[in-house]
Amino acid sequence: MKDMLLQVEPLIPALRRYARALVRNRANADDLVQDCLERAVSRWYQRRDGDVRAWLFTILHNLAVNQFRQSSARGRHVPIDATNEDNFGEAAVQEQRLMYKDVLSKLARLPEDQRAVLLLVAVEDLSYADTAKVLNIPVGTVMSRLSRARERLQQEIEGTVDNTASNVVPIRSEK
Amino acid sequence: MNHRPITEDDLHAYVDRVLEPERQAEVAAYLGDHPDVAKRVTAFADQRDLLRAALAPIAEEPLPPKLNLARIIENRARRPSVARWAMAAMLLLSIGGLGGWAVRGAWQPSPSGLVALAQEATASYKVYAPDRIRPVEVRASDSGQLVQWVSDRLRRPVKVPDLTTSGYRLMGGRLVATEHGPAAMFMYDDDHGSRIVVLTRPMSSADQNAPMTPQSQGDVGGFAWADDGVGYSLVGHAAPEFLRPIANEVRKQARTI
Repeated sequence: MKDMLLQVEPLIPALRRYARALVRNRANADDLVQDCLERAVSRWYQRRDGDVRAWLFTILHNLAVNQFRQSSARGRHVPIDATNEDNFGEAAVQEQRLMYKDVLSKLARLPEDQRAVLLLVAVEDLSYADTAKVLNIPVGTVMSRLSRARERLQQEIEGTVDNTASNVVPIRSEK
Repeated sequence: MNHRPITEDDLHAYVDRVLEPERQAEVAAYLGDHPDVAKRVTAFADQRDLLRAALAPIAEEPLPPKLNLARIIENRARRPSVARWAMAAMLLLSIGGLGGWAVRGAWQPSPSGLVALAQEATASYKVYAPDRIRPVEVRASDSGQLVQWVSDRLRRPVKVPDLTTSGYRLMGGRLVATEHGPAAMFMYDDDHGSRIVVLTRPMSSADQNAPMTPQSQGDVGGFAWADDGVGYSLVGHAAPEFLRPIANEVRKQARTI
């Protein structure tokens, strides 16, 4: 278990970051990471060869997806809890924080599958191949989702997004 | 010069900086000639930087106690899992005649990792030692390949003990499946054709270090011990006083890896 501690512990901050960006709520995200670590401990000797990081992200992602499925009635468009709000700094820092908050709330508007690809590739630095493994999809699908995620986020940033489009609550299927 | 055409995938790989240097240069040259595409690519790169900066503080927050990995490992070692109890129940059902012995092992408050290890060695011995056709999967003549294979699967260097001084020649070995993951099994025989088995695998949580203890199940017996998280068990169809010096020899050699 010593090698596990050495290999897994340094990755916990990144797992938290991914979980938080995916489920948006701090307490939920940390619960997911805790579940992920418990599973990793119990399956350490059963894991296949390959990158430990991709393996951990796979466990975490599957837990998050299960949680999504269980709470399908949740509202969308909730911004991500980035940092403590009660922590006021100088004006420049404040302005930067607003900018961060803004981009995260725009990220939160992306469909989950696109958001996951963008986060794994652009923030967590997983290779396209590892991202495909984590999400259990072909690399070609990773590339097309990445492309759609970037285009979509850009539209959000430029304010040209059509907000009546597909991505709002799927329960109401019009027409 | 014939350049491969630039694809959408290339543009994303350019943003993510995962292209080979030559391709990176080709894409950069292309972007120089196509300002519209360059504008999009720059926007994607800016997004990437912004997202990373916005999410970076999360990774810098101090970890809450519930994400303390050392504690998670410790808690798991202490608490018998449902799976482990289920295992114990299965064992009770399957062992039958040897029930008394199994109960002792499985229902002790902290189930001993060595007991499990010795059981695995005994089971391997019972299955493979009587096999006259293919007792081992990789023969001693390919011992280099054998060592490479089991070391890969056990994720640690494994050395095949040399027991010639004890009168046993290596026949070969194989990987065997256990509840605790893969284990390496080595089989030896002497001039009379009597066989012994050495089984080794990483110990999961219990008995990371444990002194050599005698283990027996029916008429197969031997010894088990663990050093630095790696467990060993030597079993055979022979008296303990005969097997103990051989087990000592295995332990001595394993410690010099």
